[in-house]
Amino acid sequence: MEEKVIVCKELTKRFGDFYAVDKISFDVSKGEIFGFLGANGAGKTTAMRILCGLSYPSSGDALVAGFSVRNQQESIKKNIGYMSQRFSLYENLSILENIEFFGGVYGVSRKEIKDRSYKLVGELGLQKEAKKMVGSLPLGWKQKLAFSVSIFHHPKIVFLDEPTGGVDPVTRRQFWDMIYDASASGITIFVTTHYMDEAEYCNRISVMVDGKMEALDTPGNLKTKYGSDSMEDVFYKLARAAKRTGD
Amino acid sequence: MRNLRFLLQKEFRQIFRDKIILAMMLGVPIIQLIIIPWAMNLNIKNINLSVVDNDHSTYSQQLITEIGSSGYFRIISADQSYRQALEHIENGSSDLIMELPDGFERNLIKEGRQTIGISVDAINGSRASIGRAYLGSVINDFNANLKINQVNLADTLTKTQGFIEITYSNWFNPHAEYKYFFVPGVLVLLLTMIGGFMTALNIVREKEVGTIEQINVTPIKKWEFILGKLIPFWIIGMILFSIGLCVIWGVYGITSTGSLPLLYVVAGIYMIALLGFGLLISTYCDNQIQAMFVAFFFILIFILMSGLFTSVQSMPPWAQYISEFTPVEHFIKIVRMIVLKGSGFYDVLTELGYISIFAIVLNGWAIWNYKKTS
Amino acid sequence: MKQLLVFVKKEFKQVFRDPRTLLIMFGLPIAQIVLFGFALTSEVKNIDILISDHSKDVVTTEIVSKIKATNYFIVHEKTMGDQEIEKTFKGGKIQCILIFPDGFNNELIHQGKSEVQIIADGTDPNTAKTMINYLTTILNEYQLQKFPSSALRYQIRTEPRMLFNEEDNGSMNYIPGVMALILMLVCTALTSVSIVKEKELGTMEILLVSPFRPVMVLVAKAVPYFILSLVNFTIILLLSVFLLHIDVRGSLLLLYAESALFILTCLSLGLLISNSTNAQQTALLISMMGMMLPTIIFTGFIFPLENMPWILRTVSNIVPSKWYFIIVKAVMLKGLGFRFVWKETLILIFMTVVLLSVALKKFKIRLQ
Repeated sequence: MEEKVIVCKELTKRFGDFYAVDKISFDVSKGEIFGFLGANGAGKTTAMRILCGLSYPSSGDALVAGFSVRNQQESIKKNIGYMSQRFSLYENLSILENIEFFGGVYGVSRKEIKDRSYKLVGELGLQKEAKKMVGSLPLGWKQKLAFSVSIFHHPKIVFLDEPTGGVDPVTRRQFWDMIYDASASGITIFVTTHYMDEAEYCNRISVMVDGKMEALDTPGNLKTKYGSDSMEDVFYKLARAAKRTGD
Repeated sequence: MRNLRFLLQKEFRQIFRDKIILAMMLGVPIIQLIIIPWAMNLNIKNINLSVVDNDHSTYSQQLITEIGSSGYFRIISADQSYRQALEHIENGSSDLIMELPDGFERNLIKEGRQTIGISVDAINGSRASIGRAYLGSVINDFNANLKINQVNLADTLTKTQGFIEITYSNWFNPHAEYKYFFVPGVLVLLLTMIGGFMTALNIVREKEVGTIEQINVTPIKKWEFILGKLIPFWIIGMILFSIGLCVIWGVYGITSTGSLPLLYVVAGIYMIALLGFGLLISTYCDNQIQAMFVAFFFILIFILMSGLFTSVQSMPPWAQYISEFTPVEHFIKIVRMIVLKGSGFYDVLTELGYISIFAIVLNGWAIWNYKKTS
Repeated sequence: MKQLLVFVKKEFKQVFRDPRTLLIMFGLPIAQIVLFGFALTSEVKNIDILISDHSKDVVTTEIVSKIKATNYFIVHEKTMGDQEIEKTFKGGKIQCILIFPDGFNNELIHQGKSEVQIIADGTDPNTAKTMINYLTTILNEYQLQKFPSSALRYQIRTEPRMLFNEEDNGSMNYIPGVMALILMLVCTALTSVSIVKEKELGTMEILLVSPFRPVMVLVAKAVPYFILSLVNFTIILLLSVFLLHIDVRGSLLLLYAESALFILTCLSLGLLISNSTNAQQTALLISMMGMMLPTIIFTGFIFPLENMPWILRTVSNIVPSKWYFIIVKAVMLKGLGFRFVWKETLILIFMTVVLLSVALKKFKIRLQ
């Protein structure tokens, strides 16, 4: 039996009588790349925020890295990385300073930060920019950097919320190479995206419609099941039935 | 503890990187401290007076000359009629009209009494009442020096009884210098503005930009994050306070009569209370505009209702109650007591107690209201 | 013109979309006016006085009860020696000490005169002066009443008349002052973020590639705030009349016209700040924190302008609220017509024109 790093049982988030997330259940295995799809407003971000310990569930439960999202948020936070939709490194700190800060608060030792941050900057090809403010970097570089920072402390799971929005195809490709490397090193990837070609890169994908999880399988199986030759088409068939409109 | 060090390092880097913010925090307040107090003088002199003399007698001329040479008044016009004099009040060039009736001298000698009309522009209450009081005292002197009174004075003096002689003295500020009173007020105010505005803005900005969410998914503890924000601003506040003390010594020659360490202890606790206040605002606001307006709302109340420039005790009871609930009111009281009167620890203990309560309640409330998980 | 309307509509929608911000922007200033209108007064009252009566005879008792009868003093009684005076003042509560020496009445009758000592805490010179005045008046009146023979035979008396403010309402001066202050700071701050916010969000560029002329962008930004500020002013005015009982004596139309002009001046200043900065935080810091204290001081409603050194008096001329304060006092409180305020009006018009043209120029430079 593979190790399960996320176990989600009937997780629900209600705002008044609006069910943003409606009884979703699923498991994610260690090292897996788990795609989390859905139209705008389907409840992806809400679900993800609960799993990261940023928001309380209304009912149901989920274990992330073995800790409950109901009352062990702080333990969860020690074991995950998170990269939000909005770019969230400090724009008025340099690349090295951002790595130092976030590495530091996740408990990486100063010496290790020093050694590895130079290596990391080298791998990203940002040696010349290492001392520049992050705010001055192009978006694609910022996103790659943000991802590197989010896995700098070797978390068990990293949550990526639309990490490649607005990024050019070449950079997106490089970004996914980084994701594969991370996954190969044993980090579980939990990613939301709107790009269907990216969905194909995932080991398994789930599709959320109106707060419910309508489909969950490998991309190949889903295509067979819905009789389509592309993920694009699968998604369209599922999401078309949605009653909620996007934001 | 380790996290806190990283947080502090980050905050200091950001603060020192933004030159505009740094200038707003240290430069602007100091410049204001150097300039503004010169404008704060409630000493009312040169009251503009319009005179309507309907009598044109020796006594009326004498009275007018006396008033003109008293040093309090500037006679800006001698008008033919009350109507004409009123124009000067209306266009703001005059504060006071003195109207001497026809038959002023005759009545005074015959009846021993003569009433003259004084009309004051009463919109500016303090100027009006002080103008009246000055004029009253000049007229009293004039009465006492009237020749016809002098004649009787000799026999009055011999059988005088019941004369209450009043001596008075002003302690701590014998020359009634307004700067002694207002300069510490301006310093306190600037400290308050920096403490209140800057923390609130700083945290709300992280909310707006989204970096706070990134912080919230890290294992940083609530108290670490809050301390990481408070400590840098506390240090900046104390630096500002120290520079401010130097400025008021260098520019205004004011040094603390009382104990300097005591002053610092009080200022330190006050800064904690104030930063808690800024923090509290930031936890309730979604964006910088909201935070700024809420901070503005409170700070204006601090300025106008806590005794910095206006008198608290003269306000209606409910307003005094509000004033008790502002930390500034207690702090400015203590600062004035220590700096001007040399009050000691036991004298300021009660007020210091209030400030400490503010520090605990405001920070506790802010920490309670700051949620990493919603 | 039609384009402009579409634009203005968009601005309005954005302003109204966020009720919380709206409440904060308009609710709080109104609350402030009410608060200050009721609380601030130029009258000095409730002075804590300590009476140290070493004599405790008929006369001193009578004087003490006279002092108690006024609402100026809160009387504390305690007989104490000179060495305790300093300690008492350092305690902070007592502001004034009145000392009757032993055998006060006795001396008054047998020697013909007696001495009373007033010691004031001079840290606040204004209060110190006022309380000495109050006490002197009370003592003199008592003396005249008790010993009429001490009065002079020939006397000029005064009959005061309070113009524009018969009831001697101590908050009369503060209301137009607070009005000018708050309108100025709020209007300027609101507009100062308007453009810089679009710059920060990146929506400014979208506007600039649209077929709007740059002037139109500025106008459209200003219109909603102009209308909302006028609404704000109306509410403030209604509160002053109905809650604070300050009547509008002059022409309401003139008051509105002048206020509209003043609001325009402030909006222009806000636009200038907005065009000169790149971040909301900076704009807000300049328009609120930087401007707050100078505006309070140089409007002239707390500290008289004529007392300031000439250089600061000159500086005060560039503060728009100073002129508006003069206008409101004249029109609203004194009931005067336009011919008394034309000069101030011209100055405000001049300021508006200058501020707007500089703002526009800065805006155009940015475009290139």
